[in-house]
Amino acid sequence: MTIDLKTIKHISKLSRISVDDAKADKLVGDLNSIFDFIEKLNELNTDNIEPLTSVAETTLKLRTDEVKSKNIRDQILKNSPEENEDFFVVPRVVE
Amino acid sequence: MSDITSLTLTELVKNIKDKKISSEETTKAFIERGEKSRDLNVYITEDFSNALAKARSFDEKPNFDLKLPGVPMAVKDLFCTDGVKTTAGSKILNNFIPPYESTVTQNIWNEGAVLLGKLNCDEFAMGSSNETSFFGNVQSPIAKGLVPGGSSGGSASALAANLTPITIGTDTGGSIRQPASFTGTVGLKPTYGSCSRYGIVAFASSLDQAGPMSKDVKDCALLQEIISTYDDKDSTSVDFKRNEYSKELTNNIKGKKIGIPKEYRVDGMPKEIEDLWTKGIEYAKDCGAVIVQISLPHTNYALPTYYIVAPAEASSNLARYDGVKYGFRSKGENLIDMYEKTRSEGFGAEVQRRIMIGTYVLSSGYYDAYYLKAQKVRKLIKNDFDEAYKKVDAILTPSTPSAAFKIGEKTNDPVSMYLNDIFTVPVNLAGLPAISIPAGVDAKGYPLGLQIIGKAFDEQNILNIAYAMEEKISFKNKITEWWIK
Repeated sequence: MTIDLKTIKHISKLSRISVDDAKADKLVGDLNSIFDFIEKLNELNTDNIEPLTSVAETTLKLRTDEVKSKNIRDQILKNSPEENEDFFVVPRVVE
Repeated sequence: MSDITSLTLTELVKNIKDKKISSEETTKAFIERGEKSRDLNVYITEDFSNALAKARSFDEKPNFDLKLPGVPMAVKDLFCTDGVKTTAGSKILNNFIPPYESTVTQNIWNEGAVLLGKLNCDEFAMGSSNETSFFGNVQSPIAKGLVPGGSSGGSASALAANLTPITIGTDTGGSIRQPASFTGTVGLKPTYGSCSRYGIVAFASSLDQAGPMSKDVKDCALLQEIISTYDDKDSTSVDFKRNEYSKELTNNIKGKKIGIPKEYRVDGMPKEIEDLWTKGIEYAKDCGAVIVQISLPHTNYALPTYYIVAPAEASSNLARYDGVKYGFRSKGENLIDMYEKTRSEGFGAEVQRRIMIGTYVLSSGYYDAYYLKAQKVRKLIKNDFDEAYKKVDAILTPSTPSAAFKIGEKTNDPVSMYLNDIFTVPVNLAGLPAISIPAGVDAKGYPLGLQIIGKAFDEQNILNIAYAMEEKISFKNKITEWWIK
């Protein structure tokens, strides 16, 4: 199979990464060579094989839902890209 | 006493405990050498003045019962460090200061160690040469213009250049073992679930593991016993009985059965790698091990499987970098435009490539053909190891298909870069522990490593085999200090 420019634009939209035409052209080449390599898996018949989702064969543990971390509100807000002491600021979403 | 910075961790700890040197002297020695070694570009963030202050305060009230009393140490910049910038080698985290500490690094500080700084790595640990870092490539101390391997390239270089007595990396497809092999050092990827992933910037969550990188096997065992703890903050952390690996370390491996997988004799394997492997088999026999020929029939499918599973998980993990709550943000006309520009400008080319592969294999209409298929092949790969371990205690292979290459040599061909990890990737897919130890050099004098793969949670066994073989190999890293200013 081949990945064309249209597919690249579609993936770019899904992954929320803007690509200009030059970058898209390069990605067509790169992704096709990577997928050529990946296609090797089609040599294998995997009809009755259970997919492996995790190597750690443990059941996930339950825990009580309680707050354990200290109050780090200010440190968290300090990492915010746009300064505001109370909120995370984003571009306007509601007109 | 020889130069402080050239001591092994074990020697250093002994000297500090015997009060022959103080933590401050030790820390100063590593800082001074670090300052003379900036051409290697191993540090993303130097935390030298804090390190000195912590060393002094250790000396004022020393506790020699700790396992790392006042020992300075630099760590890969993928571990979140409370109050110290953590970038994962990416522009998108260039200004991120974590308000919390990773469990693995916390375990290290709890034993008395002092943070020297944060070490360069491939962006989000995606790379095999440390060339994808936003902060520039790392030079290998082995030779000018040579890659140190990746993604824990800064860790490997810093260790081999004596800028830190020991360090930690992370390994998703070979990122500890391959750079260890390229720089003549020891690197252990523990069993999945052995070391907590809490506070490690996530790449591919079903594959990521933190592990020690050291000058010798004994140091490696000591750090592993410190960083491997059960942690309820990581839902895949496994609660098993952990050994005191360094205390139980023995070079008696008589009668241990070591498997040699025929499928690792790949087409076009350089003769020096063949020879290294043959030599390794002889060393193992000399140590009293029994060599058994085995088969891991799906080895050739490991890399294609990895390049579906890892990017799929990465695309999901890296969805959090949206420019809203932390990290780099670009200006956009609206929210979506802001997301798209932030991610396009904030991530480097390799990371974008992998996010796009991952998004594609998880997208509607392709999930079964790629992602589900890869998970099924992953099962076959794990079954291969399960079968082999009915017959053997461990498996011996080369760590990499070649020695270190030149900076820039493989950057334009992603697939040839990916092939570097051909011997290391199957281990991550199966969740097993494996250690790389230096075992020889190629024609140019560049180090080559051997990999010992163990059963799940059997770190002690591969450490013992590595310890016994290390003694026979008696490898000495030849480093000319060409970069010292």
